[in-house]
Amino acid sequence: MTEIREKIDVAVIGAGHAGCEAALACARLGLETVIFTMSADNIAFMPCNPHIGGSSKGHLVREIDALGGEMGKNIDKTFLQSKMLNTSKGPAVHSLRCQADKMEYSKAMKKVLENQKNLTIKQAEVSEILFEEATEEEKKSGYHNTIVGVKIFSGIIYEAKTVILCTGTYLKSRCLTGEAITYSGPNGLQPSNLLSDSLIKAGIELRRFKTGTPARMDGNSIDYSKMSEQFGDTPVIPFSFDTDAKTIQKEQVSCWLTYTNEKTHEIIRDNIHRSPIYAGIIEGIGPRYCPSIEDKVVKFPDHERHQVFVEPEGTFTNEMYIDGMSSSLPEDVQLAMYRTVPGLENCKIVKSAYAIEYDCLCPGQLSPYLEIKNVKGLFSAGQFNGSSGYEEAAAQGLYAGINAAMQIFEKPYLEIDRSEGYIGVLVDDLVTKENLEPYRMMTSRAEYRLLLRQDNADIRLRKKGYEVGLIDEDRYNKLVAKIDAIDKEVERLKKTTVGANARIQKFMEDHGSSTLKTATSLAELICRPEFDYESLAEIDSERCELPKDVIEQVEITIRYEGYIQRQERQVEQFKKLEKRLIPDDINYDDVSSLRLEARQKLEKFRPKNIGQASRIGGVNPADVSVLIIYLDSINRGNNDEN
Amino acid sequence: MSSVLNNFGDDTICAIATAMSDAGIGIIRVSGKRAVEICDEIYVSPKGVHTLTEHKPNTIKYGFIVDDSKSEENKIIDEVMVSFMKGPHSYTREDVIEINSHGGMLVMNQILQLLLDKGCRLAEPGEFTKRAFLNGRIDLTKAEAIMDLISAQNNFALESSREQLRGSVYKKIKSIREKILYQMAFIESALDDPENYDLTGFPEKLDEIINGLSKEIGQLLSSADEGKIRKDGIKTVIVGKPNAGKSSLLNALTGDERAIVTDIAGTTRDIIEETVRLGDIVLHVIDTAGIRNTDDIIEKIGVDKAKEKVQEADLVLYILDSTSELDEEDKGIISLCHNKKTIVLLNKDDLQDDIKITDDIVRMHFSDSKDDTLPIIRTSMLKGNGLEDLKDAVSKLFLNGDIVPKQELYITNLRHKDLLKKSYDSLQLVKQSIELGLTEDFFTVDLTNAYAFLGEIIGEEVGDDLVEEIFSKFCMGK
Repeated sequence: MTEIREKIDVAVIGAGHAGCEAALACARLGLETVIFTMSADNIAFMPCNPHIGGSSKGHLVREIDALGGEMGKNIDKTFLQSKMLNTSKGPAVHSLRCQADKMEYSKAMKKVLENQKNLTIKQAEVSEILFEEATEEEKKSGYHNTIVGVKIFSGIIYEAKTVILCTGTYLKSRCLTGEAITYSGPNGLQPSNLLSDSLIKAGIELRRFKTGTPARMDGNSIDYSKMSEQFGDTPVIPFSFDTDAKTIQKEQVSCWLTYTNEKTHEIIRDNIHRSPIYAGIIEGIGPRYCPSIEDKVVKFPDHERHQVFVEPEGTFTNEMYIDGMSSSLPEDVQLAMYRTVPGLENCKIVKSAYAIEYDCLCPGQLSPYLEIKNVKGLFSAGQFNGSSGYEEAAAQGLYAGINAAMQIFEKPYLEIDRSEGYIGVLVDDLVTKENLEPYRMMTSRAEYRLLLRQDNADIRLRKKGYEVGLIDEDRYNKLVAKIDAIDKEVERLKKTTVGANARIQKFMEDHGSSTLKTATSLAELICRPEFDYESLAEIDSERCELPKDVIEQVEITIRYEGYIQRQERQVEQFKKLEKRLIPDDINYDDVSSLRLEARQKLEKFRPKNIGQASRIGGVNPADVSVLIIYLDSINRGNNDEN
Repeated sequence: MSSVLNNFGDDTICAIATAMSDAGIGIIRVSGKRAVEICDEIYVSPKGVHTLTEHKPNTIKYGFIVDDSKSEENKIIDEVMVSFMKGPHSYTREDVIEINSHGGMLVMNQILQLLLDKGCRLAEPGEFTKRAFLNGRIDLTKAEAIMDLISAQNNFALESSREQLRGSVYKKIKSIREKILYQMAFIESALDDPENYDLTGFPEKLDEIINGLSKEIGQLLSSADEGKIRKDGIKTVIVGKPNAGKSSLLNALTGDERAIVTDIAGTTRDIIEETVRLGDIVLHVIDTAGIRNTDDIIEKIGVDKAKEKVQEADLVLYILDSTSELDEEDKGIISLCHNKKTIVLLNKDDLQDDIKITDDIVRMHFSDSKDDTLPIIRTSMLKGNGLEDLKDAVSKLFLNGDIVPKQELYITNLRHKDLLKKSYDSLQLVKQSIELGLTEDFFTVDLTNAYAFLGEIIGEEVGDDLVEEIFSKFCMGK
C-alpha cells in the first residue's frame, strides 16, 4: 500500500469534552485541524452523569464561555432543567447546573464541529504519535523530542505541527462490575489499546486511574410517588453570556430525590469484600470527592442515610441516572442494594454501575500551558491529565487548544493564574501537584473565590479571549460597555445621598429599616440587608434603566466591597511570588542548601516561578525561602557583572 | 542585602566562636563543604600525619596545628583538640570542624589566618545561624531567637530568647493556627459536600471559638508589651523643680555620683542618661534640668529638652520637695505628666516637721487626669529611704507587681507583635461578619488572613517581604 500522508496544523486525539473545545479553538483561530474519534456517533458523549455545571464546575463553564468556548452554548441549546445552586450562600459559591439531554447534547456539539470551517472529524484509532529528536535550540528549552504528527491504525499519517491528546478514559481501559471485567471503553465503546505504548516510547510516563458510574434504571420501574420532586428554576438563567435568556425559557423536566437507609448500608457492608476496589482488583486510584456509595458508607459510618438523585438521561430514553450511588459491586449486590431505596423497590437495571480503569499521565510532566514538557508540540487535556469531570476536561481542552495554536503562531501563551479563574486553579493544580486521584474541581480549591465568581467570569476573562482571537470585536465591545456601566453606577450610588427628611424616614420605616441620622448615600443603604438595588427605586429619582447583569454586579461590588478589597490584597501578596521567575535552566543541585526531597520535587516539576514552587507538595516554606535567597544572589551576581 | 549572599552556601566559613578575650581556651569553628579538606591541611596527628579525612564523625582528636610554610622547628602553631561533626548532623547541617585551642588570642588569630590562607572565608556575624536556618535546621523563630539571644541585655531577655529557642512561641502559635485551620476546613468541607457537613448553628459556634482564640492572642499581645519592657527596659524621665532631689535620686539608683549634686538650684543643665537595674527590670533613666521658668539661656535649653523627653518616656518619676508648697511651676509639671505613667516621690521625708505637701494635696492636683491609683512614695534621698517602695511601684505599674520573670512565654519581638495584632484584627472582622449575618463563605477571607499572619510569625507562610526582613536582620551584624 502506498503511504498516505496528509499535512495539517493540529491533530486532536479524542472527541470528548476536551477534544471538542481544543479542536474548535484551533479551527476557529484558522488552523487546519483534524479531530480523531473512536466513534463519530459519540462526540461530546456524557458517559457518566447527565448534567453540566454544579458547584464550582458551573464556574468553569462560565469561564469557558468567557474565553470563547462552546460548552455553555451547547448546554443552553440542550438542557432539560436548570438550577442555580447555593443561592442561600454568598455570590461566590452560587453555581449554575443544568440537566442535559445527553443525546441532544452530543448531536448539537457534533453539528457545531461539522459546520466549523477548517475542522474535519475523522473516525479512526490513533495508534502512534510521531516525533523526532528535538533540535539543539529546542533542547535548551527542555524538550527532548518534537512532535511531527500522528499515525492512525490503517497506516495513514497526518503530519501536524501540534498534537493534542484528549483520550479521556479510553487508553487501555477496562470496566469492572464486581468480579466481571470487560476490556472496553465507557458504555461498552471500543478502547484504545495502541497509543499508550507509543507515548511511553516518546518518554512519557503513564499511570492508572479509575472512576465509576452508577446504574441506569428503567424509568417505568420506578415509583416516583415515594420520592420528592425537584424542579428547575424559573426563569432560566443561561450559561453562555451570549445566549439571550428569552430564547431558552421552556417547560423543564423534573428530577427526584430519595435516600439510602440502614438496610442499604447493611447490604453494602456485608458485600464490601466483593467490591473490586476493596478486594484490591482495581489498581487505579479513584476520586475521593466523587465517591462510590461503598466509599460513602465506609467513610461516614454514622450517617443513617445518603441522598440519591434520580435524574433523566434525556427525552430519547426512559433511562434514569441514579446520582449518588455509583458502585463497582457485583450486579446481584447492586440490584439488592438499589431495591432497598424508597421508590426503587421494583427497579429494573438497564445498565449496571461499573468502575473504569485507564491510562493517564503521571504528574510533573505538564507545562503551565498544558504542553508535555519533554515533547515539543504535544499538548494534552482532560482525563488523560488526571482530572475527572466534563467541565474540567472542556476547560483544559480549550486552554490546551489555544496554547497549541499560540505555539504555531509563535505568539505569547494564554496564561490564567489562580487569582484570575477556576481554570487557572485547575491548570496550576494539575501542573504543580501530585494528585494521587482523579482531580475534581471544587470551590475550596480556589483561594480567591470571592473574586472568581460565576457572575463575573466575562469581566475576568473575556478580554483574554478577545486577545487570543476567540471573542470577536462586537462581543468584546459589549463587555467594555458593561464594565463602564457598572463603574458609573457604583460611582453614582456612592455619591448620591438622601437626606434625613420625613419622606425618606417614612420610606425607611415602611421597609423595616432604622431611620437615618444624617444624609446617607444610596450605596450605604444597599449594604443594609433589608434593601437591594430594586427596592431603592422610589427614593432614587436619577436612576436610569440598567440591564439585570449590570445591576447584579453593582450590588455585589457595593455590598461586599470590604471583603473584595481584602481578597484583592491577598491576591497582591500572591502575585508578588508569581512574579519571581525561576530561570528555565536552573540547576537545583547548585542550590545546595535545599533539602533533598525539595530538590527532587523541584527538579521533577520545574516550576516557572516561586509561587508555583511554593505549591509543590514536599517543598516547604523554608525551602522556598532558600530558593528566593538563591535567586536573589544569582540576580545580584548578574547585576554586578553589568 | 548582605554580601553574604554572594557565593551562596558554596564556600567554607570560619570564625572564632568563643568570646574575644585572652582566656586560655577558645574554639575556632569551620563550616562548609570543604571544612574537612581545609582543616586537614593544617592539622596533623601526634605522629605528624594529616589524618583528618579519616576521622569518624562526632569524634574528637588530639593533635597539632601546623604551618607548612614555616621551617621544620617553627612549624607547630598550637596543640589542639579537633572535633568533627558531619553534615547534616551539625549546627549548620554542613560539615563542621571545631578546633579547641589553648594558645590564647594571638595563637587563635594565627590559626584563623591559616584557615583563610587555605581557602576559608571569614564568617559574617550570625552566618553560622543563617546557614542553620537556610539548611532547614532551625525555623525562622529560632533563628530570630538566636539573634535576640546574642543581643540580650538582661536575664529576662536571655530567658525569653531561650524560651523561644525551645520553640514555645512556635508551639503556641501553631496550636492557635491549627484551631483556625480546623474551622476553615470545616467551612470548606461544608461548601463542597453540603450533604455530609451541616452548617446549622455554625456561626454561633464559630463566634465562641473566635472569642477563645482572640483571648489567647490577646494574652500573647499583652505579654508583648510586658515582654518588651522586660527585654528592652523602660524609658524613664526624672522631673521636678530645681533642687527637689532629682540628681540624688539618679545617684541613689545608679550608686555613683555622675550628676553634680549641690545645694544651689539649677546645677544640672545637661541631660544625663543612665541604665539602671531595678530587680529584673531595666530603667533607662534620664535626669533633666530642673523644670522651672527661667531666663537663663543655658538652663532654658535644658528645660525644653526635658519637656521633650517627658513626651517620649514610658515612665515619669516626679520628685517633689515635700517641705515646700506646691506652686505654679509644679502645676506646670503636673500638666506635663498628663496621660503618662507617673510615680510621685515626696522627697525630704526625713524633715518631718517641715512637711507641707501630703498625698491628698498631690492627688487633688492630679485629679483631672489620674485616679486614686497614682503611686505616691515618700523618700529621703539623704537617708536613702523609699527605694524599695519605688521598685514595687514600678513593677506594679508595668508588670502587675510581679517582678520575677513568669514561666509562661513572652512575645519580645516587634515583628511578632505586629503580626499578632493583625491576626487579632482579622478575627474581629470574622466576628463582624457573623454579626452581620453573612454566610459562611465570607468568614473564610478573614480567617485565611488570621491564619496567614500567624504563619508568618513562625515562618510557615512564605512571604516575599518576610525573607527580606529576616535578611535585613541578619545583616545588622548580630
